[in-house]
Amino acid sequence: MKLRQSFVNMIGARGTSTMNNLRGVYTLWYRDILIFGRDRVHIISSITLPLLFVFVFGIGLSARMGDLAPGINFTQFLFPGIIGMTILMSSFTAGVSVVWDREVGFLREVLIAPISRASVAMGKTLGTATIAVIQGIIILLFAPLVDISVSAWTVLVLLPLMLLLAISMSSLGILLATRIKSLEAFHGLMSLLMFPMVFLSGVFFPLQGLPAWMDILVKFNPVTYGIAPIRQVVLGASPDSLFSIILFGHTMSIWEDVTMLALFAAAMILLAMWSFGKQD
Amino acid sequence: MTDYIIKVEKLVKRFGKLAAVDDISFSVVPGEIFGFLGPNGAGKTTTINILCTLLKPTSGRASVNGFDVVRQQSQVRQSIGLVFQDPSLDVRLSGLQNLRFHASVYHVPAPIREQRIEQVLMMMELWDRRNNEVRTYSGGMKRRLELARGLLHYPKVLFLDEPTLGLDPQTRSHIWEYILDLRQREGTTIFLTTHYMDEAENADRIAIIDYGKLIAIDTPERLKNIVSKDIISVKTDDNDRAAEEIGLRYRIEVIRDGDELTFEVANGEEFLPTFVREFGTKILSINLHQPSLDDVFLKLTGREIRQEAASSEIKTIVRQYDRRTRH
Repeated sequence: MKLRQSFVNMIGARGTSTMNNLRGVYTLWYRDILIFGRDRVHIISSITLPLLFVFVFGIGLSARMGDLAPGINFTQFLFPGIIGMTILMSSFTAGVSVVWDREVGFLREVLIAPISRASVAMGKTLGTATIAVIQGIIILLFAPLVDISVSAWTVLVLLPLMLLLAISMSSLGILLATRIKSLEAFHGLMSLLMFPMVFLSGVFFPLQGLPAWMDILVKFNPVTYGIAPIRQVVLGASPDSLFSIILFGHTMSIWEDVTMLALFAAAMILLAMWSFGKQD
Repeated sequence: MTDYIIKVEKLVKRFGKLAAVDDISFSVVPGEIFGFLGPNGAGKTTTINILCTLLKPTSGRASVNGFDVVRQQSQVRQSIGLVFQDPSLDVRLSGLQNLRFHASVYHVPAPIREQRIEQVLMMMELWDRRNNEVRTYSGGMKRRLELARGLLHYPKVLFLDEPTLGLDPQTRSHIWEYILDLRQREGTTIFLTTHYMDEAENADRIAIIDYGKLIAIDTPERLKNIVSKDIISVKTDDNDRAAEEIGLRYRIEVIRDGDELTFEVANGEEFLPTFVREFGTKILSINLHQPSLDDVFLKLTGREIRQEAASSEIKTIVRQYDRRTRH
């Protein structure tokens, strides 16, 4: 009963209509897009690190390394991983922007508005996720430079995969931001979480033949299930390729990866919406 | 329609053992400018936060525009505009974009939105700067933009929590012109907290709150009648002896306030020369004035509001300074 009540409170309730809440989601989303569009320095800086990884780190290592799979060198292997990393790092900043809004006082304007807290959390999640996907697509535009051909169909399949990864990470960021109130603490926690999540997700190396301890960590890492399908789609790899995740001896299909990631994303977004409603 | 736009009945808010708001009741009629006066920590902001649905009362009831602040949060929020002590603008957006955001989350219908935005920006004289980022605005402009935003969705009640705190006197009087003009044009009820006594005198009625209790509620004129006589403040080189002497000789009550003694007399201008001539203790300084709300507060609580007000202002400044230097 109590649980039901808090769920009702979270989803809207107390007289906010669905229409109004949807407009709330849209308004919060639009604000993020507006700020992103204004900030050219941010756009450029957000793709600098990923491009360095691909074109310096990747090409530098490839020179001394053979193909990782037939016709796929290290740079090509790395490329989709870096797209995933870009999305992850960018969407995590959703939390930073909530902490920032609290610090400058704007969060009060949002929290006192006649829209539900859940729709605020949702709008914020989708806004940051959209920006993260845009950044992922900007990286994807460089595919021809590493000899990867990308068809319109590939892009169409990639979009929902990217969005799902982005949503799961931005709602995780928002969830943390509802509990951590200072910008410094948030930045600290963010790098504490983000780097292990990136390094243990198969962005930089294939998932097979890892030491047992690392294998366990990699498979517990939800990001792994976001990186693998993006890589398989971009490289056009077959379902039983080297780039699949093997869980308990079972080779996971893209659909199974996506299911895992979707479950994680759903859990995160529900927690974020709930926790956003709880804060004062 | 209800007769009252705000109705508060036996409101209590406890934080642990402390009763920040301790059983207060009052009501406000539509179109009124209602001032909430008291030192910091008296319960002003807590009461506002309850009325704005940001806090739940421990017990008692409150309604705004006929809606219950606990059960009908969303309708209450739709009925009110808020201007906080601390800024709550997105400084990375322009003034216009801040208002569009607000119009959208407060469901101002699209056909009238742009027109209304223009109207409030004109009223607050910000139209020319509408496309500039808010970070380029001065303190007074930001406050005016907040006022414009608070008005945007045609609120029935505008809550102003220390609307002129930290602004220079010229900007303060400007802001007050806007507030008075606003009531005239839109008939908005205005509920404000302040510790500037001269500002409180702009209100139709004033409630004085101290330690969470309502100790007086009336028009400024009638409150001043509580202190019906002229006020004399005197500093001497021995206040203990002076207080005793005044008490014995004139049979009047003396209030000690810091290093000053304050007392009331019926006809101050005639009293003063005799007093100075006859008084046995050495007088360092003496001052005669007409009663103000300061004196009312002093009479009701035995303390002066300004000292505490000043120290709380310093706290605010320190807090802002802290915030800036943490980056």
